[in-house]
Amino acid sequence: MNSRYEVVIGLEVHVQLTTRSKIFCGCSTAFGQLPNSQTCPVCLGLPGALPVLNRQVVEYAIKAGLATNSQIAPRSIFARKNYFYPDLPKGYQISQFELPICEHGWLDIETRDLGRKRVGITRIHMEEDAGKLLHNDSYSSAVDLNRACTPLLEVVSEPDMRSADEAIAYLKQLHQIVVYLGVCDGNMEEGSFRCDANVSIRPWGQETLGTRAELKNLNSFRFIKQAIEYEVERQIDVIEDGGEVVQETRLYDADNGITRSMRGKEEAHDYRYFPDPDLLPLQVSDTWIDEVRSRLPELPAAKLQRYQEEFGLPEYDAGVLSADRAVAEYFEAVVSLFEQPKTCSNWVMGEILGALKEKNLTIDQCPVTPELLAGILKRIDDNTISGKIAKTVFEEIWITGKNADQIIDEKGLKQVTDSGAIESIVADVIAANPDQVAEYRGGKEKLMGFFVGQVMQASKGKANPGMANQLLKKKLSE
Amino acid sequence: MSFSNISISQLRRQLLKGEITAIALTRSCLERIKATDAQLNAFITLCEEQAMTAAAVADQQLANGQGGLLTGIPVAVKDIFNTRDVRTTCGSKILANYVSPYDATAVTRLQDEGAILVGKLNMDEFAMGSSNENSAAGAVHNPWDLSRVPGGSSGGSAAAVAAGQVVAALGTDTGGSIRQPASHCGVVGLKPTYGRVSRYGVIAYASSLDQVGPVTRSVEDCALMLSAIAGYDPADSTSVDCPVPDYMDNLNAGVGGKKIGLPKEYFVAGLDPEVKLAVEATVETYRRMGAEIVEVSLPHTDYAVASYYLIATAEASSNLARYDGVRFGVREDDGSGLIGMYQQTRSKGFGDEVKRRIMLGTYALSSGYYDAYYLKAQKVRTLIRQDFLNAFDRVDLLLTPVAPTPAFKIGALMNDPLHMYLSDIFTIPVNLAGTCAMSLPCGLSREGLPIGVQLIGRPFAEADILQAAYAYEQASDWKERTPPLR
Amino acid sequence: MKISQEDVAHVARLARLSLEAQELETLTSQIDAILGYVDKLNELDTEHVEPMAHAVPMSNAFRDDELNPSLGLDRAMQNAPLSGDGCFMVPKVIE
Repeated sequence: MNSRYEVVIGLEVHVQLTTRSKIFCGCSTAFGQLPNSQTCPVCLGLPGALPVLNRQVVEYAIKAGLATNSQIAPRSIFARKNYFYPDLPKGYQISQFELPICEHGWLDIETRDLGRKRVGITRIHMEEDAGKLLHNDSYSSAVDLNRACTPLLEVVSEPDMRSADEAIAYLKQLHQIVVYLGVCDGNMEEGSFRCDANVSIRPWGQETLGTRAELKNLNSFRFIKQAIEYEVERQIDVIEDGGEVVQETRLYDADNGITRSMRGKEEAHDYRYFPDPDLLPLQVSDTWIDEVRSRLPELPAAKLQRYQEEFGLPEYDAGVLSADRAVAEYFEAVVSLFEQPKTCSNWVMGEILGALKEKNLTIDQCPVTPELLAGILKRIDDNTISGKIAKTVFEEIWITGKNADQIIDEKGLKQVTDSGAIESIVADVIAANPDQVAEYRGGKEKLMGFFVGQVMQASKGKANPGMANQLLKKKLSE
Repeated sequence: MSFSNISISQLRRQLLKGEITAIALTRSCLERIKATDAQLNAFITLCEEQAMTAAAVADQQLANGQGGLLTGIPVAVKDIFNTRDVRTTCGSKILANYVSPYDATAVTRLQDEGAILVGKLNMDEFAMGSSNENSAAGAVHNPWDLSRVPGGSSGGSAAAVAAGQVVAALGTDTGGSIRQPASHCGVVGLKPTYGRVSRYGVIAYASSLDQVGPVTRSVEDCALMLSAIAGYDPADSTSVDCPVPDYMDNLNAGVGGKKIGLPKEYFVAGLDPEVKLAVEATVETYRRMGAEIVEVSLPHTDYAVASYYLIATAEASSNLARYDGVRFGVREDDGSGLIGMYQQTRSKGFGDEVKRRIMLGTYALSSGYYDAYYLKAQKVRTLIRQDFLNAFDRVDLLLTPVAPTPAFKIGALMNDPLHMYLSDIFTIPVNLAGTCAMSLPCGLSREGLPIGVQLIGRPFAEADILQAAYAYEQASDWKERTPPLR
Repeated sequence: MKISQEDVAHVARLARLSLEAQELETLTSQIDAILGYVDKLNELDTEHVEPMAHAVPMSNAFRDDELNPSLGLDRAMQNAPLSGDGCFMVPKVIE
């Protein structure tokens, strides 16, 4: 942190929605198709074509609004933002300007250095995406309009963040929420979650904001952090050298880790917003809002709290399990079948997430279902197998998809709980290790672990460790 | 064969009885077009081959006793309607080569009812004009006097129907573009209520004002055409989902007991004396037929043209941004880069009037002027609509002139855009209010030029207009007069 | 004068129109006359009047989130002034 300047950051995030069809026409939103194959008169901006609003987009906007503590406007309108660009087929973008669907929201973020803090969300509005420009050769560019008219939410924050870390914390939380809600796939590489950052600096204590630069082309959290940090240093240098920061758009150049002024776009914009006469005002009733609210999933922050309060999990466990909706749902499914949350947490965080990471799979692809995992945990709990054998069982289930009982049966992994059988192994172990027995009896009680290990080894892991322990104690003290 | 004085209903009966065939009817239309269009220039594109194929299909259907409201009836549409695989130019050089991949809903509906599309009609470029002189395809001539304009922007539609080139046509009306040419050409033209007919596939001029409507020789034909095209279209968010009555029903209900209002602001200085006389005579006819005539006031009439030219041009400036030479249309590129390509394409592709309106509209929306011009105009629009709603609390219909004068000479107003704009003073308020209105022939001037009267109805009360118009038509013989065109 | 030639030139740039000197002069005087005329709107007090953006007061027109067939590449590109590899080609866009 610079001692002389305060950093001020506001973020504009474009969230691409996971609807099947585009916002104003029935073309598919699927990614990676043949250029211009997913277009129609509406999204090509052909003469005479008219937009019709996809209801699902409104639902998703309401969801995002509710999840970010925003007020949902009872009446909102679509506006045209007029400018010429080859990837913008109609020469205007249908967006919202005055009267967006959501306003006055907030998110609480937490950073290690600064603790908890509330970041304001100015507005969330619906709009259509532009197409893609492919830079063909030195004379021409190619236009692919498959992405044109794809639904976006633009989430505009207040300039409330004071460091790149805060910006990242905010973005990660927003990312987590929209993915949790199922309104966005969160894929930053494919551009499903894109961020522009408005960055300025001002001397500490100054009330008015400094001149800001708008940073674009930030397609990973890492780049966002790097770009902001670079830009802050750049602005400090400019000011320290007696210069003035210019209000401009700057592109982040990831290869060189710098931001660069976008030349050629300097011409002052005048977007000439006005209400789109082709689209009717949108009215969202309280009934509609309540209905969407009732279908809202529990959000990560609420889960985090509930896992600690209801399940008694440590904050760390609760954080890991609630971070991803699918993981949380998996975990909750296991708990519903085996009501020892901490044991479930240990297994999900340890075995399950570990194995998934190793094999580069997502939780939806996990061959060990919550039912299968709960099956293992029950057999540990009723002493059929030991925790150690359980790991063998887990690996078998992963490969075969069979349930725990089948595998225990087939492989003969049932724990030995017959005290006679264990007693005889214990006797053998004592007989085979006279030196250690003498040491133990001489007061070196730490050796109990050694004896248990020997018993477990002799029983191929099947002896009940508790019983082995008990019997050993008894025999050794005789 | 001449059919220029035969109604669609009569033609339908003859077609069904086999007295005539769709092929013969279509061929005779095409012949009439070929014989007269060198003088009129009403058509931009003829689709002879498609028309003859469609006529053969229609004859088949008629022989099998099938078909819709318009099976076998040759029609044409203003070149503002997208027609799949038939060139759609909108009267502009910028779309000179444009072949649409889709049909406008109104065209689909006509074809679903069996109508035969014989061609695309001339118009003012992008529907901007009141004289049909602003067309890349050249001016249209009035069939009653070839030295005069037919009115605009649907000048081709009105001229073609008046000259018997087709039985009926579709036009669009943003500030009078159906009614004013209908008046100048002595035919019936209806601008339905905004939202009554789908705008999908109709090239937009001013989206909150544009509306599709029929141009016909008679009121009955108008009712039939409206029945074919009216109704909700899920592809047009602004089309209204309310029931469409059968407009042919009760056409002869008469006007007994109806209250007709005469807005005093429409009968003022500047109105041509012959127009005034013809309209007053129409009023007398209605009085005789049992209508009650009352004077009403639409106090904001004088502000309508100003409000209209700000709103319409603002919307147009945005609607016409898509003509950028990227995806369709004629591109002009001098190799100076992207912005150069845009500027060349648009400057060479658009005509003067279109450029003028784009400029005015861009200005009205631009930073610092939005509130003073665009927003102000929208507020005044509210006042104008309220004038009409207030009047309709008292009366069933309003009766006014359509245009201050009969058709003027070609070239007379070309260098005075403001004067040209002011000639739409009686038609523009209806578009701003969003309601429906018809132009109905009501006289001929001493020079033999048609004069029209405007009947304005409550929103979605097209049936009221049609009944009143039908009553007048029965009581007069203007329908029988045809232009002296050979 | 309500509007200067510089204003008109600026508006022309916004609208991506290039105007010859003569055109600029004519347009300036024509637009000036029209703006002079529309000034009459200021005779009306509209402070408490709602603006009217639509001809018919309605709200909420939706479609369901369902797929409609796209045009197909050939149809989509059939009017392209210049195309290549299934894309619309334009003069180089410099960023």
